[in-house]
Amino acid sequence: MHMADALLSPEVGIGFLVASGACLGYSAKKLRDEGDERKAPLMGVLGAFVFAAQMINFTIPGTGSSGHITGGMLLTMIVGPYAAFLTIASVLIAQALFFADGGLLALGCNIWNMGFYPCFVGWLIYKAIAGRNPSKRRLSVAAVIGPVVALEMGAFSVVIETLLSGKSELPFGKFFALMLGIHFPIGLIEGLVTVAVINFVYGIRPEVIKVNLGLGDAYERGKRSYRPVIITMLIAALTVGGVVAWFASAHPDGLEWAVGRMTGSNELAAPHGGVVDKFGEIQKKTAILPDYGFKEPENAPKKEGEGEPHWPQVSGGTSLSGAIGSFIVLAISGLIGFALIKIRGKKPHEH
Amino acid sequence: MSHHDANRLDRHAYIDSVIHRLDPRAKVVATFVFIMTVVSYPKYAVAPLIPFVFFPMIMAIMGFVPMGLLLRRLLIASPFIVFIGIFNPLLDRMPMFHIGGLALSGGWMSFISILLRGFLCVGSAIVLIATTSMPKIAEALGELRAPRALVVQLMLLYRYLFILLEEASRMSRARALRAGAGKARIGVATGMISTLLLRTVDRSDSVWQAMQARGFDGQLRAPRRMKWKMKDTMFLLIVIAGSLALRIFPVTRLIGERFFP
Repeated sequence: MHMADALLSPEVGIGFLVASGACLGYSAKKLRDEGDERKAPLMGVLGAFVFAAQMINFTIPGTGSSGHITGGMLLTMIVGPYAAFLTIASVLIAQALFFADGGLLALGCNIWNMGFYPCFVGWLIYKAIAGRNPSKRRLSVAAVIGPVVALEMGAFSVVIETLLSGKSELPFGKFFALMLGIHFPIGLIEGLVTVAVINFVYGIRPEVIKVNLGLGDAYERGKRSYRPVIITMLIAALTVGGVVAWFASAHPDGLEWAVGRMTGSNELAAPHGGVVDKFGEIQKKTAILPDYGFKEPENAPKKEGEGEPHWPQVSGGTSLSGAIGSFIVLAISGLIGFALIKIRGKKPHEH
Repeated sequence: MSHHDANRLDRHAYIDSVIHRLDPRAKVVATFVFIMTVVSYPKYAVAPLIPFVFFPMIMAIMGFVPMGLLLRRLLIASPFIVFIGIFNPLLDRMPMFHIGGLALSGGWMSFISILLRGFLCVGSAIVLIATTSMPKIAEALGELRAPRALVVQLMLLYRYLFILLEEASRMSRARALRAGAGKARIGVATGMISTLLLRTVDRSDSVWQAMQARGFDGQLRAPRRMKWKMKDTMFLLIVIAGSLALRIFPVTRLIGERFFP
């Protein structure tokens, strides 16, 4: 679910960088106020653990595919929301650099989509369901619902970010149904594995789990009865999810209508009015050569036969010179590349 | 997720080259400026993006980044981009780009544009890590006013990243040797993850003790401060001016028109 630089517009990328940056600053401050230096090494090692845990692939029952956990909810339950958010952010930064997941501008979006929801929303859900003195049953329910909600919200964010950026042609309804449909079972499995891991670790080293979750006697007492609860939960969740997915795919127009009502425009991909138009205005004002071809408004309304066409009118001549220019630039870059390889000398040794 | 590539990228960051010697802050800012410029193009831009290849290419060559590794990471990183982008040709069929009798639809143009953007942005990120190293990037972020806790976190994460990746791959190998090929069942994987978590927590305890013995106070101190030199200013200026110039003048088209007036 990594958002990619290639699908982003600068406004959306910067917007989410600012939002995630603010959350990071706040979390860092909260951690400093807590004054628990012991958390520093734990967070560092847990960040590495998330990477390692993602290497452990398993088959997803009922399908041919395999998957791995993302670990957001698990971290939140072990170290609390602020430390978990910082840890997830660091994991995503390392992934963007070492594994080329997403990209650097998309980090803001990714930290938001995969950090904010599991850490803060997931934590609220956990607190609301599990309460002060959680039983095993309540904790399990919370640990399953948390990731489902967090992943669905994250997927929804991906849809919004993609559509606001306007690089993809996907219509809102279908994209929405697709992303939320895919991430529903993923969230369920994440939740089930999270519960299993929490319980496994609790059985051996209860203090690791107890510290943050404030588990009390009720947790021990509820030991036997959590299986039927999970199954009930699963059925309920599947039913709800199925209904939502069916509704979403059967009535995309209804969803578009709803979103249209919310945002004051009919199609998010090419809206006029609202945020995108504001950005458009800013872009126009800051444009260096406003009349230039490449500054053509890409968000112009898609009405055929009247006014401006949707995209800049391209005559055959400019297309051709563009294509020829591209090949020439590529050829030049190839030549320069070879020349550089010749003149750069031998590879120095690692030290 | 292959951690061998990550390992190679990491080791490569410790060689010495013109690019490796640049100030990490200059490289971080330059990469960001570059990515911002690339994504600021409208969605049908293809030709204007091509000259941007120069930045990651020159950085990669002068930094001795192994080309095979770079290309493989680029390809592995693209599935999500392709998955989202491939809908454009299906949904946007308005012919837009003409050469002779050939017409390309707007959807294909925007799809190619998305792929090109992906290669440029991901490529520059890979070049950044392969020529700078994670601790230096973390330090640079700290110097650029990122929260201290995040910098410490990035450094500690990096220190244990490859150790735990190795641990996880040992566990996977052990399972494969006992259970044969194929993926683990979900219950087995859960057990492995739990065991790994327990070992991780144990490790964090000993790390904490070792850090206490060395007087850890919430800060990791860099062995030496970064020094900003004239060449770093030059490098950053060239990247910014180059990006702006390309963004303002349609260089590709001008070159094309010279040969095809």
